[in-house]
Amino acid sequence: MENKLYIKSYVSIENGQISIDGNVVFESSASNVSDFLKEGLRHFGIQYPKFFKMDNLSKLAFLGSELLLKDQDSPETALLFANSSSSLDTDVTYQESIADKDNYFPSPAVFVYTLPNICLGEISIRHQLKTENSFFIFGAFNPDFFIGYAENLIETGKAENVLCGWTELFKEDYKAFLYLVSDEGKTEHTKQNIELFYTN
Amino acid sequence: MRKDVFISGMNCVTPLGFSVEENFENLIAGKSGIERHENEMMPNPYFSAIVDEDRLDAEFAKITASEKYTKLEKMMILALFPIVKKSKSELGKRTAFLLSTTKGNITALESENIEKAQLYDLAQTVADFFGFESQPIVVSNACVSGILAISVAKRLIQSEVYDEAFVVAGDLVSEFVLSGFNSFQAMSDAPCKPYSKNRTGVTLGEATAAVLVTSDTGNAKARILGDGSMNDANHISGPSRTGEGLFLSVESALKEANLGADKIDYISAHGTATPFNDEMEAIAFNRLGLENKPLHSLKGFYGHTLGASGLLETVIGIEALQQNKLIASAGFDEIGVSQNIRVIEKNEDKFLRYFLKTASGFGGCNTAVVFEKEGNFGE
Repeated sequence: MENKLYIKSYVSIENGQISIDGNVVFESSASNVSDFLKEGLRHFGIQYPKFFKMDNLSKLAFLGSELLLKDQDSPETALLFANSSSSLDTDVTYQESIADKDNYFPSPAVFVYTLPNICLGEISIRHQLKTENSFFIFGAFNPDFFIGYAENLIETGKAENVLCGWTELFKEDYKAFLYLVSDEGKTEHTKQNIELFYTN
Repeated sequence: MRKDVFISGMNCVTPLGFSVEENFENLIAGKSGIERHENEMMPNPYFSAIVDEDRLDAEFAKITASEKYTKLEKMMILALFPIVKKSKSELGKRTAFLLSTTKGNITALESENIEKAQLYDLAQTVADFFGFESQPIVVSNACVSGILAISVAKRLIQSEVYDEAFVVAGDLVSEFVLSGFNSFQAMSDAPCKPYSKNRTGVTLGEATAAVLVTSDTGNAKARILGDGSMNDANHISGPSRTGEGLFLSVESALKEANLGADKIDYISAHGTATPFNDEMEAIAFNRLGLENKPLHSLKGFYGHTLGASGLLETVIGIEALQQNKLIASAGFDEIGVSQNIRVIEKNEDKFLRYFLKTASGFGGCNTAVVFEKEGNFGE
Protein backbone atom coordinates (compact mmCIF):
# COMPACT_ATOMS: atom_id res chain seq x y z
CA MET A 1 0.00 0.00 0.00
CA GLU A 2 1.53 3.33 -1.00
CA ASN A 3 -0.69 5.52 1.12
CA LYS A 4 -1.55 4.58 4.65
CA LEU A 5 -5.15 3.82 5.43
CA TYR A 6 -6.95 4.59 8.67
CA ILE A 7 -9.99 3.58 10.62
CA LYS A 8 -11.80 6.89 10.69
CA SER A 9 -14.53 5.88 13.11
CA TYR A 10 -16.28 2.73 14.37
CA VAL A 11 -19.61 1.68 15.83
CA SER A 12 -20.59 -1.32 17.95
CA ILE A 13 -24.14 -2.49 18.61
CA GLU A 14 -24.52 -5.35 21.09
CA ASN A 15 -26.02 -6.29 24.45
CA GLY A 16 -28.53 -3.43 24.34
CA GLN A 17 -25.79 -0.84 23.89
CA ILE A 18 -24.63 1.33 21.03
CA SER A 19 -21.16 2.81 21.15
CA ILE A 20 -19.26 5.10 18.80
CA ASP A 21 -15.45 5.01 18.88
CA GLY A 22 -15.61 3.02 22.09
CA ASN A 23 -17.95 5.41 23.97
CA VAL A 24 -21.42 4.19 24.90
CA VAL A 25 -23.91 6.64 23.38
CA PHE A 26 -27.16 4.73 23.90
CA GLU A 27 -28.38 2.01 26.22
CA SER A 28 -31.73 0.29 26.31
CA SER A 29 -33.48 -2.27 28.46
CA ALA A 30 -35.82 -3.27 25.60
CA SER A 31 -36.75 -6.91 25.90
CA ASN A 32 -36.17 -7.76 22.23
CA VAL A 33 -33.84 -6.77 19.42
CA SER A 34 -36.59 -5.27 17.28
CA ASP A 35 -37.67 -2.79 20.00
CA PHE A 36 -34.06 -2.01 20.86
CA LEU A 37 -33.23 -1.07 17.26
CA LYS A 38 -36.38 1.06 16.97
CA GLU A 39 -35.51 2.88 20.20
CA GLY A 40 -32.01 3.43 18.89
CA LEU A 41 -33.31 4.98 15.68
CA ARG A 42 -35.56 7.37 17.66
CA HIS A 43 -32.81 8.23 20.13
CA PHE A 44 -30.62 9.55 17.32
CA GLY A 45 -33.54 11.44 15.76
CA ILE A 46 -33.32 9.55 12.46
CA GLN A 47 -36.45 10.08 10.37
CA TYR A 48 -36.77 7.24 7.86
CA PRO A 49 -40.18 5.55 7.51
CA LYS A 50 -38.74 2.72 5.33
CA PHE A 51 -36.83 1.51 8.40
CA PHE A 52 -40.00 0.03 9.88
CA LYS A 53 -40.62 -2.36 6.98
CA MET A 54 -37.08 -3.76 7.06
CA ASP A 55 -36.18 -7.10 8.61
CA ASN A 56 -34.05 -7.08 11.76
CA LEU A 57 -30.77 -7.72 9.91
CA SER A 58 -31.36 -4.70 7.66
CA LYS A 59 -32.42 -2.60 10.66
CA LEU A 60 -29.21 -3.50 12.47
CA ALA A 61 -26.99 -2.79 9.45
CA PHE A 62 -28.91 0.37 8.61
CA LEU A 63 -28.68 1.83 12.12
CA GLY A 64 -24.96 1.10 12.36
CA SER A 65 -24.22 2.65 8.98
CA GLU A 66 -26.36 5.68 9.79
CA LEU A 67 -24.18 6.52 12.78
CA LEU A 68 -21.00 6.35 10.68
CA LEU A 69 -22.25 8.00 7.50
CA LYS A 70 -24.42 10.82 8.91
CA ASP A 71 -21.60 13.35 9.18
CA GLN A 72 -19.39 12.09 6.39
CA ASP A 73 -21.52 11.26 3.42
CA SER A 74 -19.25 10.60 0.51
CA PRO A 75 -20.74 9.25 -2.72
CA GLU A 76 -17.53 7.25 -3.19
CA THR A 77 -18.02 4.97 -0.19
CA ALA A 78 -18.07 1.23 -0.95
CA LEU A 79 -19.92 -1.26 1.25
CA LEU A 80 -18.14 -4.42 2.43
CA PHE A 81 -20.31 -6.46 4.78
CA ALA A 82 -20.31 -9.96 6.22
CA ASN A 83 -21.88 -12.09 8.93
CA SER A 84 -22.21 -15.73 9.87
CA SER A 85 -25.96 -16.41 9.78
CA SER A 86 -26.69 -14.81 6.39
CA SER A 87 -30.42 -13.95 6.30
CA LEU A 88 -31.39 -17.08 8.23
CA ASP A 89 -33.44 -15.07 10.74
CA THR A 90 -35.87 -14.06 7.97
CA ASP A 91 -35.45 -17.39 6.15
CA VAL A 92 -36.95 -19.16 9.17
CA THR A 93 -39.89 -16.73 9.23
CA TYR A 94 -40.43 -17.23 5.50
CA GLN A 95 -40.17 -21.03 5.78
CA GLU A 96 -42.90 -20.97 8.45
CA SER A 97 -45.15 -19.07 6.04
CA ILE A 98 -44.98 -21.90 3.47
CA ALA A 99 -44.69 -24.94 5.77
CA ASP A 100 -48.37 -25.34 6.51
CA LYS A 101 -50.39 -25.82 3.32
CA ASP A 102 -53.62 -24.91 5.10
CA ASN A 103 -52.11 -21.68 6.30
CA TYR A 104 -49.97 -20.83 3.28
CA PHE A 105 -49.08 -17.17 2.94
CA PRO A 106 -45.76 -16.55 1.13
CA SER A 107 -45.24 -12.79 1.10
CA PRO A 108 -43.00 -10.94 -1.36
CA ALA A 109 -42.32 -8.34 1.34
CA VAL A 110 -40.79 -11.08 3.52
CA PHE A 111 -39.21 -13.08 0.68
CA VAL A 112 -37.09 -10.16 -0.54
CA TYR A 113 -35.33 -10.06 2.85
CA THR A 114 -34.26 -13.71 2.51
CA LEU A 115 -31.02 -12.40 0.98
CA PRO A 116 -28.31 -10.95 3.23
CA ASN A 117 -27.25 -8.25 0.75
CA ILE A 118 -30.65 -6.53 0.86
CA CYS A 119 -29.33 -4.47 3.78
CA LEU A 120 -26.67 -3.10 1.40
CA GLY A 121 -29.43 -2.02 -0.96
CA GLU A 122 -31.19 -0.25 1.91
CA ILE A 123 -28.02 1.61 2.93
CA SER A 124 -27.20 2.44 -0.72
CA ILE A 125 -30.66 3.91 -1.28
CA ARG A 126 -30.51 5.96 1.92
CA HIS A 127 -27.11 7.48 1.12
CA GLN A 128 -27.32 7.30 -2.70
CA LEU A 129 -24.23 5.10 -2.83
CA LYS A 130 -23.94 3.91 -6.43
CA THR A 131 -20.77 2.11 -5.42
CA GLU A 132 -19.08 -1.26 -5.00
CA ASN A 133 -21.06 -3.44 -2.61
CA SER A 134 -20.73 -7.05 -1.55
CA PHE A 135 -21.87 -9.37 1.22
CA PHE A 136 -19.94 -12.37 2.52
CA ILE A 137 -20.51 -15.16 5.03
CA PHE A 138 -17.86 -16.51 7.42
CA GLY A 139 -18.13 -18.85 10.39
CA ALA A 140 -16.55 -16.06 12.45
CA PHE A 141 -15.38 -12.45 11.96
CA ASN A 142 -12.47 -12.52 9.51
CA PRO A 143 -10.33 -9.34 9.78
CA ASP A 144 -7.69 -10.56 7.27
CA PHE A 145 -10.30 -10.79 4.56
CA PHE A 146 -11.79 -7.38 5.37
CA ILE A 147 -8.35 -5.75 5.30
CA GLY A 148 -7.27 -7.30 2.01
CA TYR A 149 -10.51 -6.55 0.22
CA ALA A 150 -10.94 -2.99 1.56
CA GLU A 151 -7.35 -2.11 0.65
CA ASN A 152 -7.84 -3.50 -2.84
CA LEU A 153 -10.96 -1.36 -3.39
CA ILE A 154 -9.12 1.81 -2.42
CA GLU A 155 -5.80 0.93 -4.07
CA THR A 156 -7.44 0.17 -7.41
CA GLY A 157 -9.48 3.39 -7.30
CA LYS A 158 -12.78 1.49 -7.12
CA ALA A 159 -13.67 3.46 -3.96
CA GLU A 160 -12.38 6.34 -1.86
CA ASN A 161 -13.65 4.97 1.45
CA VAL A 162 -14.95 1.59 2.49
CA LEU A 163 -17.65 1.07 5.08
CA CYS A 164 -16.88 -2.35 6.55
CA GLY A 165 -19.56 -4.10 8.55
CA TRP A 166 -19.86 -7.32 10.52
CA THR A 167 -23.61 -7.52 11.06
CA GLU A 168 -24.61 -10.79 12.69
CA LEU A 169 -28.18 -11.43 13.73
CA PHE A 170 -30.19 -14.58 14.40
CA LYS A 171 -33.32 -14.31 16.51
CA GLU A 172 -32.30 -12.46 19.69
CA ASP A 173 -28.53 -12.91 19.22
CA TYR A 174 -26.90 -10.02 17.45
CA LYS A 175 -23.69 -8.09 17.15
CA ALA A 176 -22.84 -5.30 14.76
CA PHE A 177 -19.36 -3.86 14.33
CA LEU A 178 -18.92 -1.30 11.58
CA TYR A 179 -15.95 0.86 10.72
CA LEU A 180 -15.05 3.35 8.05
CA VAL A 181 -11.76 2.89 6.21
CA SER A 182 -10.35 6.05 4.69
CA ASP A 183 -7.05 7.78 3.93
CA GLU A 184 -7.65 10.09 6.86
CA GLY A 185 -7.96 9.38 10.56
CA LYS A 186 -5.84 8.68 13.63
CA THR A 187 -6.00 4.91 13.99
CA GLU A 188 -4.04 2.86 11.46
CA HIS A 189 -5.96 0.27 9.45
CA THR A 190 -4.27 -2.81 10.94
CA LYS A 191 -5.45 -6.24 12.01
CA GLN A 192 -4.45 -5.49 15.59
CA ASN A 193 -6.55 -2.32 15.74
CA ILE A 194 -9.54 -3.92 14.07
CA GLU A 195 -9.47 -6.89 16.45
CA LEU A 196 -9.10 -4.55 19.42
CA PHE A 197 -12.14 -2.49 18.40
CA TYR A 198 -14.13 -5.63 17.53
CA THR A 199 -13.68 -7.18 20.98
CA ASN A 200 -14.12 -3.94 22.97
CA MET B 1 1.98 -3.22 -11.76
CA ARG B 2 -0.92 -5.39 -10.71
CA LYS B 3 -0.70 -9.09 -11.31
CA ASP B 4 -2.45 -10.64 -14.28
CA VAL B 5 -5.12 -13.07 -13.14
CA PHE B 6 -6.53 -15.92 -15.22
CA ILE B 7 -9.26 -18.50 -15.31
CA SER B 8 -7.64 -21.88 -15.86
CA GLY B 9 -9.75 -24.92 -14.87
CA MET B 10 -13.52 -24.85 -15.50
CA ASN B 11 -16.37 -27.28 -14.96
CA CYS B 12 -20.13 -27.37 -14.45
CA VAL B 13 -22.91 -29.72 -13.37
CA THR B 14 -26.29 -28.90 -14.90
CA PRO B 15 -29.38 -30.57 -16.37
CA LEU B 16 -27.49 -30.36 -19.70
CA GLY B 17 -24.47 -32.31 -18.54
CA PHE B 18 -21.73 -33.04 -16.06
CA SER B 19 -18.84 -31.49 -17.97
CA VAL B 20 -18.22 -28.31 -19.97
CA GLU B 21 -17.94 -30.39 -23.18
CA GLU B 22 -21.29 -32.12 -22.65
CA ASN B 23 -22.98 -28.83 -21.77
CA PHE B 24 -21.53 -27.00 -24.76
CA GLU B 25 -22.55 -29.74 -27.20
CA ASN B 26 -26.11 -29.60 -25.90
CA LEU B 27 -26.20 -25.80 -26.14
CA ILE B 28 -24.96 -25.91 -29.72
CA ALA B 29 -27.62 -28.52 -30.46
CA GLY B 30 -30.23 -26.12 -29.06
CA LYS B 31 -31.24 -28.49 -26.28
CA SER B 32 -32.87 -26.90 -23.23
CA GLY B 33 -32.76 -28.27 -19.68
CA ILE B 34 -36.16 -26.76 -18.87
CA GLU B 35 -39.07 -29.16 -18.36
CA ARG B 36 -42.58 -29.09 -16.97
CA HIS B 37 -42.93 -30.31 -13.39
CA GLU B 38 -45.90 -31.15 -11.27
CA ASN B 39 -45.26 -31.89 -7.60
CA GLU B 40 -45.89 -30.84 -4.01
CA MET B 41 -43.42 -27.92 -4.26
CA MET B 42 -45.97 -25.76 -6.06
CA PRO B 43 -49.77 -25.61 -6.10
CA ASN B 44 -49.73 -25.59 -9.92
CA PRO B 45 -47.53 -27.22 -12.58
CA TYR B 46 -44.41 -25.19 -13.30
CA PHE B 47 -41.34 -25.13 -15.54
CA SER B 48 -37.81 -25.50 -14.23
CA ALA B 49 -34.44 -27.03 -15.08
CA ILE B 50 -33.63 -29.81 -12.59
CA VAL B 51 -30.52 -31.99 -12.23
CA ASP B 52 -31.44 -35.69 -12.36
CA GLU B 53 -30.73 -37.29 -8.97
CA ASP B 54 -30.10 -40.80 -10.29
CA ARG B 55 -27.39 -39.61 -12.62
CA LEU B 56 -26.00 -37.35 -9.90
CA ASP B 57 -25.73 -40.26 -7.47
CA ALA B 58 -24.14 -42.48 -10.10
CA GLU B 59 -21.52 -39.83 -10.96
CA PHE B 60 -20.90 -39.08 -7.28
CA ALA B 61 -20.39 -42.77 -6.47
CA LYS B 62 -17.45 -42.73 -8.92
CA ILE B 63 -15.50 -40.35 -6.68
CA THR B 64 -16.51 -41.41 -3.17
CA ALA B 65 -18.47 -44.09 -1.37
CA SER B 66 -19.72 -41.58 1.21
CA GLU B 67 -23.45 -40.86 1.09
CA LYS B 68 -23.64 -38.20 3.78
CA TYR B 69 -23.86 -35.26 1.38
CA THR B 70 -26.88 -33.21 0.27
CA LYS B 71 -27.79 -32.83 -3.40
CA LEU B 72 -26.19 -29.40 -3.57
CA GLU B 73 -23.01 -30.59 -1.84
CA LYS B 74 -22.69 -33.49 -4.28
CA MET B 75 -23.15 -31.13 -7.23
CA MET B 76 -20.56 -28.69 -5.86
CA ILE B 77 -18.03 -31.43 -5.10
CA LEU B 78 -18.50 -32.96 -8.57
CA ALA B 79 -18.02 -29.55 -10.21
CA LEU B 80 -14.80 -28.90 -8.30
CA PHE B 81 -13.37 -32.42 -8.38
CA PRO B 82 -11.64 -32.54 -11.81
CA ILE B 83 -10.29 -28.99 -11.39
CA VAL B 84 -8.77 -29.65 -7.97
CA LYS B 85 -7.34 -32.93 -9.20
CA LYS B 86 -5.79 -31.48 -12.34
CA SER B 87 -4.27 -28.52 -10.47
CA LYS B 88 -2.20 -30.72 -8.14
CA SER B 89 -2.50 -27.85 -5.66
CA GLU B 90 -1.68 -28.57 -2.03
CA LEU B 91 -4.72 -26.46 -1.01
CA GLY B 92 -2.66 -24.72 1.65
CA LYS B 93 -3.01 -21.33 3.33
CA ARG B 94 -2.18 -19.44 0.09
CA THR B 95 -5.08 -21.12 -1.72
CA ALA B 96 -8.49 -19.53 -1.28
CA PHE B 97 -11.76 -21.43 -1.41
CA LEU B 98 -14.74 -19.32 -2.46
CA LEU B 99 -18.29 -20.58 -2.54
CA SER B 100 -21.13 -18.55 -3.93
CA THR B 101 -24.77 -19.27 -3.32
CA THR B 102 -27.96 -17.48 -2.42
CA LYS B 103 -29.87 -20.16 -0.51
CA GLY B 104 -27.40 -23.05 -0.06
CA ASN B 105 -28.96 -25.98 1.82
CA ILE B 106 -32.14 -24.01 2.54
CA THR B 107 -34.27 -27.19 2.37
CA ALA B 108 -32.71 -28.18 5.73
CA LEU B 109 -35.17 -25.71 7.27
CA GLU B 110 -38.00 -28.05 6.27
CA SER B 111 -36.74 -30.36 9.01
CA GLU B 112 -35.82 -27.41 11.25
CA ASN B 113 -32.12 -28.16 10.93
CA ILE B 114 -30.78 -24.61 11.40
CA GLU B 115 -27.10 -25.59 11.49
CA LYS B 116 -27.32 -27.45 8.16
CA ALA B 117 -28.97 -24.40 6.58
CA GLN B 118 -26.03 -22.15 7.55
CA LEU B 119 -24.03 -21.19 4.47
CA TYR B 120 -20.70 -21.50 6.28
CA ASP B 121 -21.61 -25.10 7.16
CA LEU B 122 -22.13 -25.84 3.46
CA ALA B 123 -18.82 -24.20 2.60
CA GLN B 124 -16.94 -26.05 5.34
CA THR B 125 -18.48 -29.38 4.28
CA VAL B 126 -17.30 -28.91 0.68
CA ALA B 127 -13.93 -27.53 1.85
CA ASP B 128 -13.38 -30.54 4.12
CA PHE B 129 -14.08 -32.97 1.30
CA PHE B 130 -11.02 -31.63 -0.51
CA GLY B 131 -9.00 -30.55 2.52
CA PHE B 132 -8.73 -26.80 1.92
CA GLU B 133 -6.73 -25.24 4.77
CA SER B 134 -7.87 -21.63 4.46
CA GLN B 135 -11.16 -20.39 5.92
CA PRO B 136 -13.88 -20.66 3.23
CA ILE B 137 -15.20 -17.38 1.84
CA VAL B 138 -18.91 -17.42 1.02
CA VAL B 139 -20.16 -14.82 -1.43
CA SER B 140 -23.90 -14.28 -0.97
CA ASN B 141 -24.93 -11.25 -2.95
CA ALA B 142 -28.20 -12.34 -4.54
CA CYS B 143 -28.12 -13.16 -8.26
CA VAL B 144 -24.72 -11.59 -8.94
CA SER B 145 -23.00 -13.97 -6.46
CA GLY B 146 -21.58 -16.33 -9.08
CA ILE B 147 -19.88 -13.70 -11.21
CA LEU B 148 -18.98 -11.54 -8.21
CA ALA B 149 -17.01 -14.50 -6.81
CA ILE B 150 -14.64 -14.29 -9.82
CA SER B 151 -14.13 -10.61 -9.20
CA VAL B 152 -13.49 -11.23 -5.48
CA ALA B 153 -11.01 -14.00 -6.27
CA LYS B 154 -9.13 -11.76 -8.68
CA ARG B 155 -9.01 -8.89 -6.18
CA LEU B 156 -7.72 -11.11 -3.37
CA ILE B 157 -5.01 -12.53 -5.64
CA GLN B 158 -3.99 -9.03 -6.75
CA SER B 159 -3.87 -7.95 -3.08
CA GLU B 160 -1.52 -10.93 -2.54
CA VAL B 161 -3.75 -12.40 0.15
CA TYR B 162 -3.76 -15.62 -1.92
CA ASP B 163 -1.95 -17.05 -4.98
CA GLU B 164 -4.92 -18.92 -6.38
CA ALA B 165 -8.61 -19.45 -5.65
CA PHE B 166 -10.94 -22.36 -6.29
CA VAL B 167 -14.42 -20.96 -6.82
CA VAL B 168 -17.62 -22.97 -6.79
CA ALA B 169 -21.15 -21.63 -7.19
CA GLY B 170 -24.47 -23.39 -6.80
CA ASP B 171 -28.14 -23.17 -6.00
CA LEU B 172 -31.07 -25.58 -6.13
CA VAL B 173 -34.70 -25.28 -7.10
CA SER B 174 -36.61 -25.55 -3.81
CA GLU B 175 -40.10 -24.90 -2.56
CA PHE B 176 -38.58 -21.91 -0.76
CA VAL B 177 -37.45 -20.08 -3.91
CA LEU B 178 -40.30 -21.29 -6.13
CA SER B 179 -42.91 -19.94 -3.71
CA GLY B 180 -40.96 -16.70 -3.30
CA PHE B 181 -40.65 -15.91 -7.01
CA ASN B 182 -44.28 -16.98 -7.40
CA SER B 183 -45.32 -14.55 -4.64
CA PHE B 184 -43.70 -11.79 -6.71
CA GLN B 185 -45.76 -13.01 -9.69
CA ALA B 186 -42.42 -13.26 -11.45
CA MET B 187 -42.71 -16.87 -12.69
CA SER B 188 -43.21 -17.64 -16.36
CA ASP B 189 -46.04 -19.98 -17.33
CA ALA B 190 -43.81 -21.41 -20.10
CA PRO B 191 -40.03 -21.88 -20.53
CA CYS B 192 -38.64 -18.36 -20.14
CA LYS B 193 -38.06 -16.16 -23.20
CA PRO B 194 -35.34 -13.58 -22.47
CA TYR B 195 -35.69 -10.27 -24.38
CA SER B 196 -38.77 -11.55 -26.23
CA LYS B 197 -41.93 -9.54 -26.70
CA ASN B 198 -43.73 -12.64 -25.43
CA ARG B 199 -41.74 -13.05 -22.21
CA THR B 200 -43.76 -13.48 -19.05
CA GLY B 201 -41.12 -13.96 -16.38
CA VAL B 202 -38.52 -16.21 -14.80
CA THR B 203 -37.97 -19.95 -15.06
CA LEU B 204 -35.92 -21.27 -12.15
CA GLY B 205 -33.12 -23.77 -12.57
CA GLU B 206 -30.40 -25.52 -10.62
CA ALA B 207 -26.73 -25.98 -11.38
CA THR B 208 -23.22 -25.77 -10.01
CA ALA B 209 -20.13 -24.41 -11.71
CA ALA B 210 -16.50 -24.19 -10.67
CA VAL B 211 -13.34 -22.45 -11.84
CA LEU B 212 -9.73 -22.04 -10.80
CA VAL B 213 -8.65 -18.40 -10.65
CA THR B 214 -4.89 -18.00 -10.57
CA SER B 215 -1.94 -15.78 -11.39
CA ASP B 216 -0.19 -18.82 -12.91
CA THR B 217 -0.25 -18.70 -16.74
CA GLY B 218 -0.11 -22.50 -17.13
CA ASN B 219 -3.43 -23.83 -18.52
CA ALA B 220 -4.82 -20.27 -18.63
CA LYS B 221 -7.98 -20.06 -20.75
CA ALA B 222 -8.90 -16.41 -20.24
CA ARG B 223 -7.53 -13.34 -18.53
CA ILE B 224 -9.73 -11.30 -16.17
CA LEU B 225 -9.24 -7.77 -17.48
CA GLY B 226 -11.56 -5.73 -15.29
CA ASP B 227 -14.61 -5.86 -13.11
CA GLY B 228 -17.15 -3.71 -11.29
CA SER B 229 -20.03 -4.33 -8.88
CA MET B 230 -22.05 -1.17 -8.39
CA ASN B 231 -25.36 -0.70 -6.66
CA ASP B 232 -28.37 1.00 -8.27
CA ALA B 233 -29.24 2.81 -5.00
CA ASN B 234 -32.78 2.78 -6.30
CA HIS B 235 -34.97 -0.14 -5.19
CA ILE B 236 -34.44 -3.39 -3.24
CA SER B 237 -36.62 -5.64 -5.42
CA GLY B 238 -36.69 -3.96 -8.82
CA PRO B 239 -33.98 -2.85 -11.24
CA SER B 240 -33.21 0.79 -11.89
CA ARG B 241 -35.25 2.16 -14.81
CA THR B 242 -32.11 3.79 -16.21
CA GLY B 243 -29.86 0.77 -15.71
CA GLU B 244 -27.61 2.98 -13.61
CA GLY B 245 -25.84 0.33 -11.53
CA LEU B 246 -25.27 -1.95 -14.53
CA PHE B 247 -24.02 1.01 -16.57
CA LEU B 248 -21.57 1.99 -13.83
CA SER B 249 -20.42 -1.63 -13.34
CA VAL B 250 -19.62 -2.13 -17.03
CA GLU B 251 -17.99 1.29 -17.19
CA SER B 252 -15.81 0.43 -14.20
CA ALA B 253 -14.86 -2.95 -15.70
CA LEU B 254 -13.96 -1.46 -19.11
CA LYS B 255 -11.95 1.32 -17.48
CA GLU B 256 -9.87 -1.15 -15.50
CA ALA B 257 -9.48 -3.30 -18.63
CA ASN B 258 -8.36 -0.18 -20.50
CA LEU B 259 -10.65 -1.32 -23.29
CA GLY B 260 -13.17 0.58 -25.40
CA ALA B 261 -16.73 -0.74 -25.57
CA ASP B 262 -16.21 -1.20 -29.33
CA LYS B 263 -13.67 -3.98 -28.63
CA ILE B 264 -16.19 -6.29 -26.94
CA ASP B 265 -16.93 -9.27 -29.21
CA TYR B 266 -19.80 -10.77 -27.30
CA ILE B 267 -21.98 -10.23 -24.20
CA SER B 268 -23.40 -12.96 -21.98
CA ALA B 269 -26.06 -10.89 -20.26
CA HIS B 270 -28.35 -11.62 -17.31
CA GLY B 271 -31.66 -11.86 -19.25
CA THR B 272 -34.01 -13.26 -16.61
CA ALA B 273 -36.99 -12.66 -18.91
CA THR B 274 -38.87 -10.49 -16.41
CA PRO B 275 -40.28 -7.41 -18.16
CA PHE B 276 -38.26 -4.94 -16.05
CA ASN B 277 -34.90 -6.71 -15.98
CA ASP B 278 -34.57 -7.20 -19.73
CA GLU B 279 -35.73 -3.65 -20.41
CA MET B 280 -33.23 -2.26 -17.90
CA GLU B 281 -30.38 -4.17 -19.55
CA ALA B 282 -31.33 -2.91 -23.02
CA ILE B 283 -31.23 0.67 -21.69
CA ALA B 284 -27.87 0.18 -19.98
CA PHE B 285 -26.27 -1.48 -23.04
CA ASN B 286 -27.48 1.39 -25.24
CA ARG B 287 -26.05 3.94 -22.83
CA LEU B 288 -22.74 2.06 -23.05
CA GLY B 289 -22.71 1.92 -26.87
CA LEU B 290 -22.95 -1.89 -26.75
CA GLU B 291 -26.30 -2.18 -28.54
CA ASN B 292 -24.80 -3.76 -31.67
CA LYS B 293 -22.75 -6.39 -29.87
CA PRO B 294 -23.96 -10.00 -30.16
CA LEU B 295 -25.69 -10.83 -26.89
CA HIS B 296 -27.45 -13.79 -25.36
CA SER B 297 -29.00 -14.94 -22.14
CA LEU B 298 -28.48 -18.59 -21.23
CA LYS B 299 -31.58 -18.58 -19.00
CA GLY B 300 -33.62 -20.09 -21.86
CA PHE B 301 -31.44 -23.24 -21.54
CA TYR B 302 -30.76 -23.43 -17.79
CA GLY B 303 -33.45 -21.24 -16.24
CA HIS B 304 -32.30 -18.78 -13.61
CA THR B 305 -29.85 -20.69 -11.42
CA LEU B 306 -29.59 -17.76 -8.96
CA GLY B 307 -26.20 -17.71 -7.19
CA ALA B 308 -24.80 -20.21 -9.73
CA SER B 309 -25.90 -18.34 -12.85
CA GLY B 310 -23.06 -15.83 -13.12
CA LEU B 311 -20.36 -18.46 -12.78
CA LEU B 312 -22.10 -21.04 -14.99
CA GLU B 313 -22.63 -18.44 -17.72
CA THR B 314 -18.99 -17.36 -17.42
CA VAL B 315 -17.79 -20.95 -17.85
CA ILE B 316 -19.94 -21.31 -20.98
CA GLY B 317 -18.80 -17.88 -22.21
CA ILE B 318 -15.12 -18.76 -21.88
CA GLU B 319 -15.77 -22.05 -23.69
CA ALA B 320 -17.48 -19.98 -26.43
CA LEU B 321 -14.27 -17.88 -26.69
CA GLN B 322 -12.19 -21.04 -26.98
CA GLN B 323 -14.41 -22.51 -29.69
CA ASN B 324 -15.14 -19.18 -31.45
CA LYS B 325 -18.86 -19.88 -31.37
CA LEU B 326 -21.81 -17.63 -30.60
CA ILE B 327 -24.73 -19.56 -29.12
CA ALA B 328 -28.29 -18.57 -30.05
CA SER B 329 -30.32 -17.10 -27.18
CA ALA B 330 -32.93 -19.81 -26.43
CA GLY B 331 -36.55 -18.68 -26.25
CA PHE B 332 -35.97 -15.50 -28.25
CA ASP B 333 -38.31 -14.66 -31.12
CA GLU B 334 -39.45 -11.06 -31.53
CA ILE B 335 -37.58 -8.24 -29.82
CA GLY B 336 -39.46 -7.10 -26.73
CA VAL B 337 -37.40 -4.29 -25.25
CA SER B 338 -37.83 -0.62 -26.09
CA GLN B 339 -34.24 -0.04 -27.20
CA ASN B 340 -32.41 -2.02 -29.80
CA ILE B 341 -30.01 -4.81 -28.81
CA ARG B 342 -28.51 -7.57 -30.97
CA VAL B 343 -29.84 -10.82 -29.56
CA ILE B 344 -28.08 -13.82 -31.15
CA GLU B 345 -30.75 -15.68 -33.13
CA LYS B 346 -28.69 -18.43 -34.75
CA ASN B 347 -25.48 -20.19 -33.72
CA GLU B 348 -22.60 -18.53 -35.49
CA ASP B 349 -18.88 -19.23 -35.96
CA LYS B 350 -16.94 -16.05 -35.31
CA PHE B 351 -13.48 -15.18 -34.02
CA LEU B 352 -13.96 -14.09 -30.40
CA ARG B 353 -11.43 -12.42 -28.16
CA TYR B 354 -13.14 -10.12 -25.63
CA PHE B 355 -16.19 -11.23 -23.70
CA LEU B 356 -18.36 -9.27 -21.24
CA LYS B 357 -20.38 -11.05 -18.55
CA THR B 358 -23.03 -9.14 -16.62
CA ALA B 359 -25.56 -9.91 -13.90
CA SER B 360 -28.03 -7.98 -11.75
CA GLY B 361 -30.02 -8.88 -8.69
CA PHE B 362 -32.22 -8.05 -5.73
CA GLY B 363 -30.82 -5.40 -3.44
CA GLY B 364 -29.98 -3.30 -6.52
CA CYS B 365 -26.71 -5.18 -7.13
CA ASN B 366 -24.97 -5.50 -10.50
CA THR B 367 -21.68 -7.06 -11.58
CA ALA B 368 -19.74 -6.87 -14.84
CA VAL B 369 -16.51 -8.66 -15.71
CA VAL B 370 -14.48 -8.37 -18.93
CA PHE B 371 -12.47 -11.40 -20.08
CA GLU B 372 -9.89 -11.80 -22.82
CA LYS B 373 -9.16 -15.14 -24.41
CA GLU B 374 -5.65 -16.21 -23.55
CA GLY B 375 -3.38 -16.56 -26.54
CA ASN B 376 -1.22 -14.71 -29.01
CA PHE B 377 -3.24 -12.69 -31.49
CA GLY B 378 -0.38 -11.28 -33.52
CA GLU B 379 0.09 -7.97 -31.71
